[in-house]
Amino acid sequence: MTTYLSFLGPLAPRSTIALARLGVIAALIALIVFGALRYDNFLSSYNALSFLRYNSMFALIALGMALVIMTGGIDLSVGGTAAMASVVAAIFSPYHWAAGLAGGLAAGLVVGIINGVVITRLKIQPFIATLAAMLAAYGTGLLLAGNQSVSVSYDSGFTEIGQGDFLGFPIPAWIALAFYIAGWIALERHPVGRRVLAIGDGEATAKLMGLKVEKTLMGVYITSGLCAGMAGVILAAQFGAGQPTEGVGWELFAIASVVVGGTLLTGGVGSIGATLAGALLLAMVFNILNFENGLGWISLSAYWQSVIRGLFLLAVVILQAKIAGARANG
Amino acid sequence: MTTLDTTTPAQTPAKRSSLIWISRYGTLVAFLALIAFNMAVTPNFLSWQTLNVNLTQVATIVIVAVGMTLVIATGGIDLSVGSLMAISGALAPMIFLGTIYPIPSPALAVTLAFIVPVVVAGALGWFNGFLITRWSIQPIVATLVLFIAGRGIAQVMTNGNLQVFRNDAFQFIALGRVFGIPTQVIIMAVVVALAAFVIRRTGFGRQIIAVGGNEKAARLSGIPAVRVKRLVYVVSGALAGIAGLVVVARNSASDANLVGLGMELDAIAAVAVGGTLLTGGRAYVLGTLLGACVIQLVRYTLLANGVPDAAALVVKAGLIVAAVFIQQRAERG
Repeated sequence: MTTYLSFLGPLAPRSTIALARLGVIAALIALIVFGALRYDNFLSSYNALSFLRYNSMFALIALGMALVIMTGGIDLSVGGTAAMASVVAAIFSPYHWAAGLAGGLAAGLVVGIINGVVITRLKIQPFIATLAAMLAAYGTGLLLAGNQSVSVSYDSGFTEIGQGDFLGFPIPAWIALAFYIAGWIALERHPVGRRVLAIGDGEATAKLMGLKVEKTLMGVYITSGLCAGMAGVILAAQFGAGQPTEGVGWELFAIASVVVGGTLLTGGVGSIGATLAGALLLAMVFNILNFENGLGWISLSAYWQSVIRGLFLLAVVILQAKIAGARANG
Repeated sequence: MTTLDTTTPAQTPAKRSSLIWISRYGTLVAFLALIAFNMAVTPNFLSWQTLNVNLTQVATIVIVAVGMTLVIATGGIDLSVGSLMAISGALAPMIFLGTIYPIPSPALAVTLAFIVPVVVAGALGWFNGFLITRWSIQPIVATLVLFIAGRGIAQVMTNGNLQVFRNDAFQFIALGRVFGIPTQVIIMAVVVALAAFVIRRTGFGRQIIAVGGNEKAARLSGIPAVRVKRLVYVVSGALAGIAGLVVVARNSASDANLVGLGMELDAIAAVAVGGTLLTGGRAYVLGTLLGACVIQLVRYTLLANGVPDAAALVVKAGLIVAAVFIQQRAERG
């Protein structure tokens, strides 16, 4: 039995994950079809575009988180980083829209580098290292902002990054799409992707195989920082202000999106596309809830969205565990 | 692991023993140093008021962090504590204000307002433990479910409204004093003493450490690992419930959006600074108390000397990293 399984060993978990990925994409499509059939304006361009515009921030954060989690790590600093980046972007926005963009990205880059150094050089667990970075990022953001929100400049075109359209599609959604394509290429079509997954499978083994573990980890945390920085820029541009207290709990919602997307928290497996589907799925719960309330049959307050998201996560997690259990026993 | 660790040069025995000394007593030394510094620099530091302010600030964090220490000792983590605080904090006023069901006797209403929320929070903690043991779901994911849904439940229960109240009997848990000591501080002390006793002197305590150290070995040697783990999450949930009661009683108001917000990370920080490594197999309850006190005292010292709260956050971050770094170095040798 064992020999038989060890032959199938590397295959079994991968196909399980493939199944989970298909599941989340199927669930997303089912939810869209349900919405389209039930509500008049669900597929209207207004709803679709504002949905994408708002949720591009969360999709970006989830992308960085997914890459980190694939290495077996975690990044709790993303919410604080996004808040700090939104402040930095707002401060630089009067000079030029590009200055605001660069400022926000630089803020994310700095946090990413600090995370990477603390984790790879000081060998501190990612959970603790990024928890500390979260506190530091919030503190720095509040200091820079003087404990209040910083309004952005409306003259430099900076707000276009959050509010503008390009080819009839929201600019933040284009940005998220570009990041996701880059992430997909890196993970699926570039050797770095195999390094990321190998580290998640077992850091010691990866090191023995001669992979550049520390360099890859640095890169992954920097990527997550940049994604969070970009989300912060969009936050500032979309709502017209750098908001140093925003982003509380984003990190845990991003983790939920990644888990719903079929990426195991133990690392070693994961998919970029399914992460996007997971993030959109959790976001769509809120959208559907709004439309359902609009019909007037029920009146569920916005607070139900957390409950329903939690139940969603619960269902996905139990399902994954059952599939994994069935594979292990079968 | 040691064989791979070629980057760290071998340490001399003297350096290693000094590292162990720092990791063992470092938090205590930092605590004493902070007190000495404040005595010299901060005006009016040595007063009952300063002591009470700091202790009441730290009481709820310590109550939650003690539960977190036990959970982390089994190799787990509990992200749901803040949300459970919100549920318990929302439930209690609903009971004694009669929102759910009017209870004629005020004494009975207040008694129920103490018991029911803690039992509910403990039951939700059991649910965490059930998810973790029944389906071998990672603790961080399993408790994420209630982190997200729990605050939603509290918000739905209260419809997101602020519950304002004044009930001296109920608020005794936070505002009352016994022999001049605030009740919440006494609760904190009792919780710490009980947990320290359980870890050091009871079979359950040894089972917790054994499960966290090596679950497979613990199971093979006949320790009911599943039961131990579930119980630990029940304790963590119930303690979060108590902390939720204290917070709403202190504020004379319950806001489901805010009660316990971010508490999970504050508690984990206290545990980490207190010397309990996140890998499990160890529990320093007194260390957690000390860790929370050091974090609070650093913040107080900075605030009292005119440093803005935001800068204190940055210092806190550095403190956490430094504490964990020293402990890990001593551990590795």
